[in-house]
Amino acid sequence: MMGWFQRFKGVLLILVVLSLWEAIVMLGWVNAKILPPPHAVAIKWWEYLTPQQPYDPESGNRMDWLLSGELIQDAMGSLYRVLAGFVIGTVLAIPLGLMMGASPPAYQLCNPLLQILRPIPPIAYIPLAILWFGLGNPPAIFLIVIGAFFPVLMNTIAGVRAVDGIFLRAARNLGASQATIFMRVILPASTPYILTGMRIGIGTAFIVVIVAEMIAVNNGLGFRILEAREYFWSDKIIAGMLSIGLIGLAIDQAMSLLNNHLLRWHRGLEH
Amino acid sequence: MTTAIAISGVDKIFPTPNGTVVALKDIQLEIESGQFVCLLGPSGCGKSTLLNAVAGFSLPDRGLITVNGKPVTQPGPDRGMVFQEYALFPWMTVAQNVGFGLEIKGTPAANIRTQVSALLKLLKLSEFGERYPRELSGGMRQRVAIARILALDSPILLMDEPFGALDALTRRSLQDELLRIWSELGKTVLFVTHSIEESIFLADRIVVMTYRPGTIKRDIRVDLPRPRDSAAPEFNQLKRELSELVLSEQALHEAAERLALTTD
Ligand SMILES: Nc1ncnc2c1ncn2[C@@H]1O[C@H](COP(=O)(O)OP(=O)(O)OP(=O)(O)O)[C@@H](O)[C@H]1O
Ligand SMILES: [Mg+2]
Repeated sequence: MMGWFQRFKGVLLILVVLSLWEAIVMLGWVNAKILPPPHAVAIKWWEYLTPQQPYDPESGNRMDWLLSGELIQDAMGSLYRVLAGFVIGTVLAIPLGLMMGASPPAYQLCNPLLQILRPIPPIAYIPLAILWFGLGNPPAIFLIVIGAFFPVLMNTIAGVRAVDGIFLRAARNLGASQATIFMRVILPASTPYILTGMRIGIGTAFIVVIVAEMIAVNNGLGFRILEAREYFWSDKIIAGMLSIGLIGLAIDQAMSLLNNHLLRWHRGLEH
Repeated sequence: MTTAIAISGVDKIFPTPNGTVVALKDIQLEIESGQFVCLLGPSGCGKSTLLNAVAGFSLPDRGLITVNGKPVTQPGPDRGMVFQEYALFPWMTVAQNVGFGLEIKGTPAANIRTQVSALLKLLKLSEFGERYPRELSGGMRQRVAIARILALDSPILLMDEPFGALDALTRRSLQDELLRIWSELGKTVLFVTHSIEESIFLADRIVVMTYRPGTIKRDIRVDLPRPRDSAAPEFNQLKRELSELVLSEQALHEAAERLALTTD
């Protein structure tokens, strides 16, 4: 009995919060237009998720129809932008970070510029992004690149600088060339830091995509909840927010799986 | 007998914020090939500095070190180093660690596999090839580190207090193992320790160093028959003699530590 309660107490709390929420709206303590009850959010969510047109075998296959719901289209749009921006940002940041971490002259050269640019929040680039790229995916992806780039870069630099010198000495003793040391020692030794940076980077990318869609794009989860506000659809806003939360959670879980796979050797996993 | 390592007139000076530290002063040492030599001395007398100079990690400020007639200018697989901290690559399995040197040399994968499994067998690690270093005890990690160096087939082994962090029993069994490998494979070994007993147990020759500046205080040949018996009177006679030599240097080391504490 106790074991059961321990296992499910987290779920229980969610149910309690939902019931209280439902109750205060039902009792008329808050206006349902402002805070719709959970069941209304759930209904709206279902509408938002499922296809708007009935299935018509003439116009395409079943899979396309299943995925034609507005929520799914929005989520795919947002995810596409996040992944594109994140991949570009990471692919730029890791080599630069490895170079800056491994070479003091490169570090001294780039660090002052970096220190000036790094504190600028990616959101502050929005006006420039629109001026440069107009509206749609390009400015959004640009902003996400910026958002993902700095965390990955800073962590990669820190990771390379934290590589224990004894590994380098051991590798040189085995006759390793500079290139081998770089690929087989410095890179794996700094992987824990790089992955931490990537995890922060994709979190930032996800924040940035929502903001960018509110301003510069006309689809995606961020666009949709702002659009819903214009029609006073608070149930759709909340359904959209919860969707954003669930997708964010899924992204973080995926990163964590990648982490555990790449760091099988790492001692942090053991305890 | 050929000379494996020749060290002549070697000085090493480290600049520090409170002046320079003369870590090595006029070191003169010739090691014959196949010899097992222990460097003995208190902490800070320059044992690691000398070993690192021979390994090529940190070259001397003056003097010359040659290995098989060639001056040392950089680290190389002809002088395999075993570190006190094992220095295994934690992201590689045991087998990958042991095979890494061969991989660097460009040995074909099939040959690497057979050589690695022979080495794992030699060091009683056969069941552990697919484990990561973090899953092993200290003694096993050091076996892996030794196997990794043996894979290079270097004629010279440099060992910096390799068993210093191990418990007494593990230490004893690794000492036996090392002696077995040394006599089977005919390596030249330069072995740093600050354990007097360990040096008598292992060495053909014990080089006692002085503390600051690091110089060679005494160079003692150990002619006791092997395997050595730590209960034998000759063993204990030598132990007493070495204790006196080392303890006076140890006293200097402690005095310096106290001075450093009071002036900081
Ligand atoms: N990189 C360095 N910079 C400044 N001083 C150093 C450096 N490396 C060693 N020293 C100094 O040189 C002296 C010899 O150091 P070394 O590490 O060779 O001693 P050791 O005999 O190996 O001691 P231990 O038994 O503690 O390992 C010490 O006094 C140490 O403080
Ligand atoms: Mg030392």
